[in-house]
Amino acid sequence: MSIDVAAIRKDFPLLARTVNGKPIVYLDNAATSQKPQCVIDALCQFYQASNANVHRGIYALSEEATLLYETSREKVARFIGAPSPRSTVYTRNTTEAINLVSHAWGRLNLKAGDEVLITEMEHHSNIVPWLLLCQETGATLRSLPVTEDGLLDLSELDSLLTERTRLFAVTQMSNVLGTINPVRELVAKAHAVGALALVDGAQSVPHLEVDVKEMGCDFFAFSAHKMLGPTGIGVLYAREELLEKMGPFLGGGEMISEVYLDHATWKDIPWKYEAGTPNFADAVAFGVAIDYLEKIGMKAVRQHEKELTAYALRVLENVGGVKVFGPPDAVRRGGVVSFWMEGVHPHDLAQVLDTEGVCIRAGHHCAQPLMRRLRVPATARASFYLYNTRDEIDVLVGGLKKATELFGHVPG
Amino acid sequence: MSLDDLYREVILEHYRHPRNKGEIADAEIDLLQNNPLCGDEVHLFVKVMDGRIADAEFLGQGCSISQASASMMTEMLEGKSLEEAKALATAFGEMMQGTLSPDASALGELLALQGVRMYPVRIKCAVLAWETLQKGLQNYQVKVSKGG
Repeated sequence: MSIDVAAIRKDFPLLARTVNGKPIVYLDNAATSQKPQCVIDALCQFYQASNANVHRGIYALSEEATLLYETSREKVARFIGAPSPRSTVYTRNTTEAINLVSHAWGRLNLKAGDEVLITEMEHHSNIVPWLLLCQETGATLRSLPVTEDGLLDLSELDSLLTERTRLFAVTQMSNVLGTINPVRELVAKAHAVGALALVDGAQSVPHLEVDVKEMGCDFFAFSAHKMLGPTGIGVLYAREELLEKMGPFLGGGEMISEVYLDHATWKDIPWKYEAGTPNFADAVAFGVAIDYLEKIGMKAVRQHEKELTAYALRVLENVGGVKVFGPPDAVRRGGVVSFWMEGVHPHDLAQVLDTEGVCIRAGHHCAQPLMRRLRVPATARASFYLYNTRDEIDVLVGGLKKATELFGHVPG
Repeated sequence: MSLDDLYREVILEHYRHPRNKGEIADAEIDLLQNNPLCGDEVHLFVKVMDGRIADAEFLGQGCSISQASASMMTEMLEGKSLEEAKALATAFGEMMQGTLSPDASALGELLALQGVRMYPVRIKCAVLAWETLQKGLQNYQVKVSKGG
């Protein structure tokens, strides 16, 4: 179950370029992934041969575009184990998917005295929509703490998840720590107190086999661009009966059945949530990205990344002054490694690495509460994907040594 | 552009050995500013006596550019009138925007920070201390004009 990385790399034209005269070492996959040629081609191909607005025209081209759009939805649904394409709504990205839930479900179902539970390791996109919702409804936002090892502190769960909790919103995989959370158990716990569960899959779906039905979650959100697909297209999965009951999100064309000047009725799900001309070109190319991942196999992707992560954890430990955050064991984490280097601020580190062609992320990673928990203003983060190699991690480590030489050790 | 143009020796030296790192209990200007995007932080303390800066200290954390810039700034501020300090901050801002004023020589070793301009995302690191100063001066002058 190994993958041919050399062959895979040939599919990604961007990986052949140089940065500052050095071969690019792209280690910012948690932010966005690179795209294989077939996805880029699919996008061009759609505009060259199949472009027409969907669900409208009584002509062959529009029907063709509609078929491509809806076939892509079927692929998405199958890829995450959704029981039907009716349960998968296209959005712009994970953020919009979560906001869809906070608006269309939250505003109907939350009132003062209710609680929403999140965790300390959430991305801002799974914090701020709930903050806003709680401000509006008078509900209370609670947060499950994170342990020193970068795991959810489950000892606190029973006191935080109560009959007052209406929703438990949790990430399947931390974009900072790489921690893979036991979402199946967490969802079951939420259901046991009568709460719904939303799982943020932005970091998990690109890297792990995901089955929303087995997970049992009520809502699940993710983005195409982190999984070889184009930007501007994301997905909300929700149980069908919830989608039926919830209000619409945005209003406009495409989402209506009948419109009068004093009332309107909505289209069937999932289209009820897709107001306006949808992003069909990107949706079609997203389907091709899924084909690509399925051809390689998500088990193989995970295996490759687990090996890379274990290697990275091992070699980073031997670089003087480096502290890695998150679970020490690669089994409990995905291919995301955040670290702090004594005496070198992450921004300076990223700058030095850039001159070596290495792209990493430096900053708070849209997780400021987690940064406070880790007691750092920012971290440096390397994140891997199926096309990364051990050699690239060695280049990263070489860059870290160069940074230490440049900045020296600064006490305190 | 090479790394040496960005991380000039004088910058690294200020980063490793920051000047005026500390606080002033009864400072007329006492202002904490941060750069939420990257977590850089500068807490500036300025002691004003007879319209001149008697002492300037800072506390902070962040990247080498933000902290070296703060260190260099406090060093240059001491003894300056408030007007001179304001003019220096303006000149520094112009340097970072690439519209260097003719009296740039007044910037002295601050010219070493020019290289930052080639890295647009880092400009905000270099100007953090200076924006703190400008805001602090403004607040102080409002306070004085109100007789507080």
